[in-house]
Amino acid sequence: MQPISTLTSRTVVLPFTNIDTDQIIPARFLTTTTRLGLGEKLFADWRYDAAGTPRADFVLNRPESRGCEILVAGRNFGCGSSREHAVWALRDHGFRAVISTEIADIFRRNAQKNGVVPVVLDAAAHARLLAQPGARVVVDLEAKTVALPDGTTAAFPIEPFARYCLLEGKDELSFLASQDAAITAYERRIGG
Amino acid sequence: MKQPRTLLDKLWDAHLVRPASEDTPAIVYIDLHLIHEVTSPQAFSVLRERGLEVRRPDRTIATMDHATPTDFKRVGGKIVIDDPQAATQIRTLEENCKEFGITLYGLDSERQGIVHVIGPELGLTQPGQTIVCGDSHTCTHGAFGALAFGIGTSEVGYVLATQSLLLEKPRTMAVTFDGRLPKGVTAKDLILGLIARIGAGGATGHAVEFRGGAVEALSMEERMTLCNMAVEAGARTGMVAADETTFAYLAGRPFAPQGAAFDAAVARWRTFRTDPGARFDREVRFDAATLEPMITYGTSPGMGVPVRGTIPDAAGDASIEKALRYMGLRAGTALIGHPIDVVFIGSCTNSRLSDLRLAASVFKGRHVAENVRALVVPGSQAVKKQAEAEGLDRIFREAGAQWREAGCSMCLAMNQDKLQPGQYSVSTSNRNFEGRQGAGARTLLASPLTAAAAAVSGRISDPREFLRS
Repeated sequence: MQPISTLTSRTVVLPFTNIDTDQIIPARFLTTTTRLGLGEKLFADWRYDAAGTPRADFVLNRPESRGCEILVAGRNFGCGSSREHAVWALRDHGFRAVISTEIADIFRRNAQKNGVVPVVLDAAAHARLLAQPGARVVVDLEAKTVALPDGTTAAFPIEPFARYCLLEGKDELSFLASQDAAITAYERRIGG
Repeated sequence: MKQPRTLLDKLWDAHLVRPASEDTPAIVYIDLHLIHEVTSPQAFSVLRERGLEVRRPDRTIATMDHATPTDFKRVGGKIVIDDPQAATQIRTLEENCKEFGITLYGLDSERQGIVHVIGPELGLTQPGQTIVCGDSHTCTHGAFGALAFGIGTSEVGYVLATQSLLLEKPRTMAVTFDGRLPKGVTAKDLILGLIARIGAGGATGHAVEFRGGAVEALSMEERMTLCNMAVEAGARTGMVAADETTFAYLAGRPFAPQGAAFDAAVARWRTFRTDPGARFDREVRFDAATLEPMITYGTSPGMGVPVRGTIPDAAGDASIEKALRYMGLRAGTALIGHPIDVVFIGSCTNSRLSDLRLAASVFKGRHVAENVRALVVPGSQAVKKQAEAEGLDRIFREAGAQWREAGCSMCLAMNQDKLQPGQYSVSTSNRNFEGRQGAGARTLLASPLTAAAAAVSGRISDPREFLRS
């Protein structure tokens, strides 16, 4: 996993609340057995018409969205299904951080494991970002802050270990696999 | 004196491989890992890339349900899957299970079914356990007083390799339902009513414990419906402490302890309940007796009203306006009488025998309305067999509904069972998201009674008018 310490990017704004993982990646694209190539299916039903032609009015299809690494979305982003494909699609498209006032639990955990920083901001800072689509912001994972376009910064919480893994580009599996002795001891304790 | 603990505290403490430190979250042991074809292939790929084994194949059970067809054909005794990608995914699961020594209940097994239906019915799901699956509705198993929650594919790989997860402890939330559910009002209405009140993110970060007289009076299948949709309120899980109803349900099931071992297990299971005086981070309380049959009108499970209610005003909320546009519905109008195209009775929320019995009670002696397509999909092959033994399939067929093979089916439109763009479906499933039942599909979530009433009347109807004494 590619380490992240700071991200500087213009934002793409999807102001709606409760954007669920079925919107991020519809279920019909889940019959894959790899993690690859999901970026072009990202937000498929919002992004393309029934014939598969990009809808000019959808934000991701506008030229100014190209290369943006930070998605700003309404409250309760990533709710619904546990499909990690949602994060794989966002990451494959190029997003490396999602900012909201509330991010669904399973999505948040999936994001952290794939080099996508889940950023939960207070309502006032979030409102400023919603009001300025395309603003240039800096997500500083080291400092746990977002630098807003008006020069102010807003802090966001993140679990220390998740932050460490994102900063170092490490995954949790190596750590868990190193805990074999403790796991074996637990299994003995419960008798199986 | 020992500090009183909640059910969550007890489940948590009993599964700590290592408590949280300043730098690392707790390592929590997983008793039971359920896997299916859609969210597991990439996890097995990681094991292969790293040369890792499945640590506890004996604690891992696989089935196939999401992408499987519900009207499959047999050619020369072999099941044929038309969708080549789904066929590859199913074959991949078969190969992975064989290679890593995992028991698989495939389409040819009488134990196959929706993962959250077969776990309980086989007695795999037990009180006091930790249970995970690469599926958000794993919270269903919380109905047994277990700590059960959905995980992503990375974590499926972690559990395969280490039988453990790194977890932050969820906050606790008590949801107490007093009183008794009125006639014609079901566990589905209870949970839809709750989500309508607290919102689709109302329980984010929390493990919800359902309590109170109305919950204690529910059967196990009803408790599963209730816990199943806890995730639709954003909860990490939903739980009901095990009691006599739970023990009676588990007795004699294939994977439940038998004889003296069962009695010993019950004694242990009884300890998994919240101590008197234990504190929750949040508590909410509702009177179940005031509930009515519920139905959703929008694209989030929180957008629900009583079936005789009116669609609330969007009050300038762009998300609600967008949802109503998508649904082709207007604020301030009533839902009752609105014509519908499809009825789907099934899913891990409402596909168990008691759900089918409820639906059949409405279908019996009636016929599906003209221009309505009704699909009844049992949750498992065992449910299907039992329903057929009771003659429920005949009632559905005679009413003009389709009776299918077990699977997730039209809940998430991964197989051929889907709506056409613009169609309205009253569905007993758990999500009314845009496109959930097919691109452009409009889903109204409701109970099996309300869905069956819609099927026979061709419009949104009050199920209480269809009840027989």
